[in-house]
Amino acid sequence: MPLSALTGTRLRDRRIALGLRQAELAERVAISASYLNLIEHNRRRINDALLGRLAQALDLPVQAFQDGVGAAVLDNLRAAAARLPGAELERTEDFAGRYPGWAGLVTGLYQRVMGLERALEEVSDRMSHDPHLSASLHEVLSAVSSVHSTAAILADTEDIEPEWQARFLTNLQDDSKRLALGAEALVRYLDNAGQAEEQGFAAPQEEVEAWLAAANWQPGDLADLASSAARDMARAFIAQGEGDARALPMPAFTQAVEQIGPDPVQLAARFGADVMAAFRRLALLPDAQAGLVICDASGTLTFRKPLAGFALPRFGAACPLWPLFTALARPMTPVETVIEVAQGRRFRVLAFCQPRYPSGFRGPELREAAMLILPEADFLAPALAVGSTCRICQQSACAARREPSILTG
Amino acid sequence: MAHVLLIEDEANIAEALRFILARDGWQVSVYADGAAGLAAVTALQPDLLILDLMLPNLSGLEVLVALRAAAATQDLPVLMLTAKGQERDRAAAEAAGVSAFMTKPFDNAEIRARVRALLGG
Repeated sequence: MPLSALTGTRLRDRRIALGLRQAELAERVAISASYLNLIEHNRRRINDALLGRLAQALDLPVQAFQDGVGAAVLDNLRAAAARLPGAELERTEDFAGRYPGWAGLVTGLYQRVMGLERALEEVSDRMSHDPHLSASLHEVLSAVSSVHSTAAILADTEDIEPEWQARFLTNLQDDSKRLALGAEALVRYLDNAGQAEEQGFAAPQEEVEAWLAAANWQPGDLADLASSAARDMARAFIAQGEGDARALPMPAFTQAVEQIGPDPVQLAARFGADVMAAFRRLALLPDAQAGLVICDASGTLTFRKPLAGFALPRFGAACPLWPLFTALARPMTPVETVIEVAQGRRFRVLAFCQPRYPSGFRGPELREAAMLILPEADFLAPALAVGSTCRICQQSACAARREPSILTG
Repeated sequence: MAHVLLIEDEANIAEALRFILARDGWQVSVYADGAAGLAAVTALQPDLLILDLMLPNLSGLEVLVALRAAAATQDLPVLMLTAKGQERDRAAAEAAGVSAFMTKPFDNAEIRARVRALLGG
């Protein structure tokens, strides 16, 4: 049975959760404690039979110790618990292992709630900050105020002078026209804005990412995107991908990866291509076991392709300790680090920041940083402890923490 | 006769307010611009200011802050009007020292009552 690099970690977590000593568990499954220690630190692979005995001894199905969907479900369950406190966090794995259907339902509902919440926030934010909507509403409210007040004067003032009456009637006519135009503008605006929200997507970027994820990160049919903004972003993504494919053509690129390894800087140099193109090409090859995050100079994540076990924040700011941000502050300097996230999961990350000057000497410097996320099997190398985002991060003593984590109480 | 100064850039609303307040016996001056209105308050020393929030050149909030910073106008009763009606606008106006706050669309009878109350009538 192919086991993930995380199986040992999960066995260890479960043993500790049950209060068992290594020696006790080793004795129950008829192996030595030192061998179990190696397994728990992911330094020995185990066969089906031994995993079955360990799972039985730890009172969970074998699937609970395997990676893939299970890790994603656990991440989602923890994220759900962070938003809606009250769940027994220490029993998350137990719950997912015993009731995988219910766990899937909970995470599905959580994601739906998050999508709706975000859509609501987006509408509220638009109401508050969108200059077009604000101006339209102001126009309508001003016209309504004038009509309301003027009509009341005409209705309530029995002895109104004819010339005042004529002026107020003219004002009423003018304001009723303004009101009609303002209402039409609002309806047009809200009609256009509603399309993507109906699908639960808060932003065009999110819609495009979901569209790509659905087709194994290869562009699909643009007609499947609801909003015109998302279609525009997808067209730009496709054009960029075509450029990357020309600069780093197949099969030469995969051959170079086999020779050099997944090093975007060296690969770019070999092909005379842009380093950021090599990052994208590595992460977006069909079936690539790699995640990718890209941010702009503000640190805003402009692209997110997750890798199982490393949760990327859907909304809000990411962990400031990510090497992505180290690279952002040091343009043109490769940053390579092993990181460790929740439950001892490790990843090798390569980050790089590329400044651009699209307007030449007169224009602003635009920075873009990318971080390639690769599986890491070395569980002995020093690793940098990072999280996803503070809200669901379990690193209690973190100097970079922005807000308390619900997971650590 | 008490003097009410109105700073409102919506001409038809200003006209309606001028009419109803004048019929109640108040002397009414109207300005459509924040900066000009602020200068007029300083020069004319009205008994009450009715102030729209969204104004050209100087916002109602900026006018209010400037008035509260000057000894001559720090106690001037100010009734603020806004079409936005959002809680943060109200909070900002209250923090800046507004005397009363009304949201558009307003009721004529209500604004007349507020004016009477602020002028001690």
